[in-house]
Amino acid sequence: MDILANLAGGFVTAFEPLNLALMVLGCFLGLMIGAIPGLGSVNGVAILLPITFVVPPTAAIIFLAAIYYGAMYGGAISSIMLGIPGASTAVATTFDGRPLALKGFADRALVAAAVASFVGGTVSIILFTLFAPPLADFALRFGPSEEFALMMVAFATFVGLGGDDIPKTLLMILLGLVLSTVGLDEISGRPRLIFFDISGFYKGISFIVLAIGIYGIGEMLWTVEQAKGKVEIAQHTVNFARVLNGIRLLKPTLRTMGLSSLLGYFVGMLPAAGATPGSLMAYGLTKSMSKNPQLYGKGELAGVVAPEAANNAASTGALLPMMTLGIPGSPTTAIILGGMIIWGLTPGPMLFIEQSEFVWGLTASLYAANLVTVIMNLALIPVFIWVLRMPFTILAPLIYVLCLVGGYAPDNVMHDVWLILIFGVAGYALRKLDYPMAPLVLAIVLGPLAERSFRQTLIAEQGDWTVWATRPISAVCMLIALALFLYPLILGFRRRRAAAAAGMEMQG
Amino acid sequence: MRAAELSTAALLAVFSCYLMWHSVALPIGWVEEAGPGGGAFPFWLSLGMLVFSAVIFYRGWRGATPQGGSSEPFIDPDSRGILLVTVLSVTALIGLTHVIGAYASIFLFMLFYVGGVGRHRWYTTIAVAVSVPVILFFFFEIGMKIFLPKGITEPLFYPLYRIFL
Repeated sequence: MDILANLAGGFVTAFEPLNLALMVLGCFLGLMIGAIPGLGSVNGVAILLPITFVVPPTAAIIFLAAIYYGAMYGGAISSIMLGIPGASTAVATTFDGRPLALKGFADRALVAAAVASFVGGTVSIILFTLFAPPLADFALRFGPSEEFALMMVAFATFVGLGGDDIPKTLLMILLGLVLSTVGLDEISGRPRLIFFDISGFYKGISFIVLAIGIYGIGEMLWTVEQAKGKVEIAQHTVNFARVLNGIRLLKPTLRTMGLSSLLGYFVGMLPAAGATPGSLMAYGLTKSMSKNPQLYGKGELAGVVAPEAANNAASTGALLPMMTLGIPGSPTTAIILGGMIIWGLTPGPMLFIEQSEFVWGLTASLYAANLVTVIMNLALIPVFIWVLRMPFTILAPLIYVLCLVGGYAPDNVMHDVWLILIFGVAGYALRKLDYPMAPLVLAIVLGPLAERSFRQTLIAEQGDWTVWATRPISAVCMLIALALFLYPLILGFRRRRAAAAAGMEMQG
Repeated sequence: MRAAELSTAALLAVFSCYLMWHSVALPIGWVEEAGPGGGAFPFWLSLGMLVFSAVIFYRGWRGATPQGGSSEPFIDPDSRGILLVTVLSVTALIGLTHVIGAYASIFLFMLFYVGGVGRHRWYTTIAVAVSVPVILFFFFEIGMKIFLPKGITEPLFYPLYRIFL
């Protein structure tokens, strides 16, 4: 019953006035950011992270988690009303949400999305509450060699499961790791990689600068290019009776909600997978299990429910490895992890012992944020639709200004602001060529930790590399990592052989 | 697209050589009593970057990646103009911040983007261009005690400091 007592304590923390106020504000901002086409949780968290440095860590993480949560709900709004995914995590919501809206059932789709998100969120927070403490307990046994091996698994998932071009994925991981070494070398205390002798590089390249550049400026450049034509907002009428009716219609989809939540949660824990593939998988699974798969894509309510339950569940799933192991499960949690380091906390198992108020305050606030968001979402639908009507030529410059000012705020140097612009333009160009951005961000956050655990291990073992094969937990992690790295190679080889065999048959 | 794919891979290769050249300033091998040298991590990883950028270049050359075999333009010709204007105006915004400070630059930037690019009515433009810096001022300087750069416009803020701080 330890968990219940801790959770009760957490609720006391979560309901402190400052925390509660930030949670409500975070949910609201998250919903807005999520509703804006192109911007999702990762952009919101990246752009707003700098302003959390003035409040205590618990309040700060509650704020960020609320934004994370709100954005997951908000993504559905623009998917349904505009037919443009509010974020990549809500792509699958457009498949059936948009047809429903065009048939005049926008309210049903919106209600389905909100309720499914609530169920997905709640299921996953319960799982988080149950799994996090034992996993953290287990992780307490980890030394530097295990930490390093675990990070290898995280990077390997991008290669094995990421689905992007593999040389490009590997290049981005390495680039992130190398950029994280800029500045003073922690162990020898000497400066390294000071480009062009610019003194701004002595303090290193902060992951915030990279994240704001890529997910702020880069993303907006991308959206500017994509959003050429005018978008059409679906008609809608929302009132209390229609909302109640919408909820009633959801009864047959309860099973879908449950299954999708579980699926999303487990996919969300993997660094390379996360909410986008989770929601697509849930959609696919629901469609294939349905008695009438031909109705999907034409406005089936279960087709909205499945991805929305899954993407919210995945966002909490990604928090689990971040909090217990110090390995973020998604780009958004990678940014939150970086924030925690700046707030002076060490993510990982010790957090549960040394900062239990922080952990349980966050957990409790997730329950509360989920409830606040679903109510706010249903009540404020007209407000979000108004936001969607805001002309892009006002929204875009506002976001540029926010990115630059937000990038200046943490360290008060213009050097960072210039870097944001450079990363933004470079990130936009690389993204157009299908270089994946998530491994880059994860690598720059994990880079300093990876290098430290790598060097500590080798120092402790006097240069004996076999330590990663002889310590059991490390060995298992390294084997998993190796399998994930090799998986696409084997797959490609088999495919080529199959193709060759097929070619032979054709000739014969 | 093909040209962009190949030149990006080439640029990344050059960049990884540059990183390696910087890394060797510190020991990249084993240092007695201190483990791997400070340059080891960046050096060997940059070497990996060089290898993978070569692989990407080779695959792009053979047309094995979608971009390598694509003859579409890298940037849609219809949006090339707006992208260029956006990047240049943001660059000007940052550059001007050094001279006339953040608030004045943001005012000019909003004026340009909302009025010039967006062609909104003049009163909308003025309202946005004035309210954004004012809100930012209250949020950062008064609320969070973070002082944005002001350049030569610093004296204009003295009376405001006297009132609010």
